Amino acid sequence: MTKDTKSPNLYTMNRRQLLAGMSAIPLLATMGGPLRASDFPTAEVNKTGLAVTDDKVTVGILHSVTGTMAISETGSVEAEKLAIKQINESGGVLGRQIEVIQEDGASDWPTFAEKAKKLLVQDKVASVMGCWTSASRKAVLPVFEQYNGMLFYPTFYEGLEESPNVIYTGQEATQQIIAGLDWVAKEKGAKSFYLLGSDYIWPRTSNKIARKHIEDKLGLKVVGEEYYPLGHTQFNSVINKIKLKKPDVIYAIVVGGSNVAFYKQLKAAGIDMTKEKPVLLTISVTEDEILGIGGENIVGAYACMKYFQSLENDNNKEFVAAFKEMWGDDSVIGDVTQAAYLGPWLWKLAVEKAGSFDIDPLKESLPGIEFTKAPEGYVRIHENHHLWSKTRVGRAKDDGQYEVVYETADLVEPDPFPEGYQ
Amino acid sequence: MNFANPFFTRREWAAFAILAVLLILVFPASVDAFRLNLIGKYLTYAFVALGLVLCWGYGGILSLGQGVFFGLGGYCMAMFLKLEASSPENTAIQSTPGIPDFMDWNQLTSLPWWWEPFHSLPFTLVAVVAVPVIFAFIIAFAMFTRRVGGVYFAIITQAIAAILTILIIGQQGYTGGVNGITDLRTMLGWDIRTDEAKTILYFVNACLLLGCLLIAQLVKITKFGRLMIAIRDKEDRVRFSGYNVAGFKIFIFCFAAALASVGGAMFTLQVGFMSPSFVGIVPSIEMVIFAAVGGRLSLFGAIYGALIVNGAKTAFSESFPELWLFAMGGLFIAVVMAFPNGLAGLVRSHVEPLIGRLFSGLGWGRTAAADATPAE
Repeated sequence: MTKDTKSPNLYTMNRRQLLAGMSAIPLLATMGGPLRASDFPTAEVNKTGLAVTDDKVTVGILHSVTGTMAISETGSVEAEKLAIKQINESGGVLGRQIEVIQEDGASDWPTFAEKAKKLLVQDKVASVMGCWTSASRKAVLPVFEQYNGMLFYPTFYEGLEESPNVIYTGQEATQQIIAGLDWVAKEKGAKSFYLLGSDYIWPRTSNKIARKHIEDKLGLKVVGEEYYPLGHTQFNSVINKIKLKKPDVIYAIVVGGSNVAFYKQLKAAGIDMTKEKPVLLTISVTEDEILGIGGENIVGAYACMKYFQSLENDNNKEFVAAFKEMWGDDSVIGDVTQAAYLGPWLWKLAVEKAGSFDIDPLKESLPGIEFTKAPEGYVRIHENHHLWSKTRVGRAKDDGQYEVVYETADLVEPDPFPEGYQ
Repeated sequence: MNFANPFFTRREWAAFAILAVLLILVFPASVDAFRLNLIGKYLTYAFVALGLVLCWGYGGILSLGQGVFFGLGGYCMAMFLKLEASSPENTAIQSTPGIPDFMDWNQLTSLPWWWEPFHSLPFTLVAVVAVPVIFAFIIAFAMFTRRVGGVYFAIITQAIAAILTILIIGQQGYTGGVNGITDLRTMLGWDIRTDEAKTILYFVNACLLLGCLLIAQLVKITKFGRLMIAIRDKEDRVRFSGYNVAGFKIFIFCFAAALASVGGAMFTLQVGFMSPSFVGIVPSIEMVIFAAVGGRLSLFGAIYGALIVNGAKTAFSESFPELWLFAMGGLFIAVVMAFPNGLAGLVRSHVEPLIGRLFSGLGWGRTAAADATPAE
């Protein structure tokens, strides 16, 4: 944090720096209360023709609200709208109320690219909260880089990416994997692991990191590694192999609808996760997925995330209450939903630190931004545009919630290009 | 023969002129670079729809797998562009610099042999058309010489679309998997991402489309075109007359595949990536819908169909992000129920007589008998 608090030496200050410093005084004077738009003339805070007026600023929300991904992405849309509502109620950003233009990515990657371009080129939005799958992010990335936009991306993902035009509010792979494996090896005395997952980039990269960590760092054994296409529903053969190899840990990164079949078949095959062994550790099942799987089918499994709805802290209690008030008592909040909630807040804080909506000053002000009201506790943006976050392990209960059994003592540093794990 | 079968009737020349003016003058003059790029994207689907008019409307061969050929053409182009974007300098951060990023993530340490030829642009341009056509030939040869047709053929093409999607997704180290081949930048050093480049690509695309329309028209008016209609309406009678029916069907299917592949390659250039979501069943069926809405017996209708359906898709989804799919569904049902011959049928039965009355004596009244065939 020393980098951010560095201040110029008064004695060596030249006139210009002094003036610049003095212009910050109104900012200090209004601290504590909401900022007033009149202190930040539009011509000053918007030099690149963004959709910012004297009392409004427009942002985009770009998720799938139709198609196969809608069920996952709806939570993110809800969280982002909640955050924007709260920001508006507390005075907006630089005194301006946020308006939202929502576009539908329709679970279709080229549509995401088309809509991203529309938001940036035609609507000139000041930032975009959006995307969920890696494929959709990969599709919009060139658009954001070409037209210099800013995307807040909520999902935990495989890493191997670091764009100046994206803030990754979810965990990259090492943040989600390493602490969980260390915990299961230490607390559960696990010696052998069976890795399985859906067949695409995120599970494969995650398992690659997991295997390296298990074999090279922990000195333990991987007894199997298998992948199944997205949407696969026949897991009996892998379940038989698991029963044969008797691993201490089943490390599962099954995604989407396949989860329902996987956990039901696991239970039907007599693998009881409430017993001591085998331990099932997943990084892909949040509270949202359990709605589909059914709590009784997954009870006893462990999940490694940064956020669970059941977290006991004041920020989270307020957040859960506000979320349920806005979207209904039945709604559940998973890891990604919470990460999506962070996006608008981090953007607001960075804009106010930069004193400008323009993307280039924003890029400079984003690293180092802290958000102390985060439901997950406290987060900070790293130089590499990912978040410092804690890793937590939860155990599934039959009511569809997780009970937190472990959390790292410190924030875990994001490392999208982990050396030694490539 | 030439007298009885002119290349275009006067009415069609007028339609061609209107289309050319619309594509080359009106659109570029009236919309900004972003919208023009979107129209360019819609027009790439028009290539597929043109092929479907010949293959389905005239040949009676319903293919629910045109996405396969669109995708193969697009992938060939994407492979070339990806190799150019993956120069050792651009990929210095990887464990193996110089190979596409997704290969590096999937622990590949060298470029697969079948990627090597795609370093060459001439090879790529040939492959864009040749790979899909050879693939189409294999399918068509296997099916038509065994006299598989009708709904069975449609189902098989659909299965092939599904198989190819699964193959591409499964072999992600070689193909980019679900993400597809993304982050394409330059073509022989020419940056394809700038607005200027996109505008140029739009014109290339529009001219290619008009060229393909003329070639398709040529196929349609020759003796070959007449035979296709005969095969569609009474296949056995043509066979008993001594014609090799399978040969004609194979040709028209390959021709439709070639048109789709050109569209796919132009799509990759204009949109900047290629992914398996253009190869599967859903996009393939959507392509049939473009032809159906436009009118499956009209080459012009196919182009307008692709433009209108995609334009409506964009417009609806921008206005009602949560309800737009219903609006699209409503549009399809309405068109198919009310105008079985698509928009072209509507124009022919309502608009043209009106114009004919206004300009009687200028030769507007003539209609080609085959075009007026009612929908089944």
